[in-house]
Amino acid sequence: MRLRTSENPLAALAALAGVLIAASVALIFFYVPTDADQGFSQRIFYIHVPIALTAYAFFGWGAWKALRHLWKREPGADLESYVAIHQGVIFGALTLLTGSLWAKISWGHWWLWSESQLVLFLVLFLFYGAYFMLRYSIEPGPARANMCAVYALFGVVLIPISFLAIRLANQLIHPVVFTLQGPQMAGSMFLTFCVSLAAMLTLAATLFHVELAGKRIDSRLRELRELLA
Amino acid sequence: MILGVTTAEKYVAAAYGIVFLIVLVYVLIIALKLGRLERELDELTGQVRERREAEREQREQVPVG
Repeated sequence: MRLRTSENPLAALAALAGVLIAASVALIFFYVPTDADQGFSQRIFYIHVPIALTAYAFFGWGAWKALRHLWKREPGADLESYVAIHQGVIFGALTLLTGSLWAKISWGHWWLWSESQLVLFLVLFLFYGAYFMLRYSIEPGPARANMCAVYALFGVVLIPISFLAIRLANQLIHPVVFTLQGPQMAGSMFLTFCVSLAAMLTLAATLFHVELAGKRIDSRLRELRELLA
Repeated sequence: MILGVTTAEKYVAAAYGIVFLIVLVYVLIIALKLGRLERELDELTGQVRERREAEREQREQVPVG
């Protein structure tokens, strides 16, 4: 059976994610030079930062879909918002895990409560983690969709605060790589970072569409079951 | 250093390994869910078939005219 990517955009997206992941792994381990300051462990940067940015992107997408649900009553926006937040939480957990490993090798600590960037990201992660408690404590229907949309919109406020925390805080260990003067790294490192970010975003977009398709089929099957009952 | 692997290399491997493992677990969960949906779809298709056959049988039993 041939995989016709022109007829199946999801297959094309998955193939693109695969190519980009392979390219980013090759660049990270065979092309990019070892950082003079941090050494080999700096290679965690190429996975940790794209994962964190993907988590922010999905929390933002979830909030955008929540807004579309409340504002335009867009059909399916509530489900898209839920799946986006689910993806955001998964990538958020990965950010905390990879960040913790990087912190241990670089700073000698798994976690530092004095670092506002870390604490604010944890707050953002826990806030969106609680979204699922809210969602599953209410009966499915318009009331649940509206409450979840409002909650998702409140959380979006934390994204710029969390993102800007490392730039606003004075005493910090967490490195600031992207400043107003541009990326503070060599061209080869920036290229590797861009490919890794593109890989992570396409991977997350593929997983998002697969999960969304599954949820849509599930809800249609439930409808069909009710019709047949 | 054990078997020529430095501590930094171990941490980098752990970071990439965790990401790979979590994505793999996620894909497995989705695959299990798709399997459940397929079974549900089979069940519903069976129900529709049974219902159609029952309707056909009823139709055959009713005298015409």
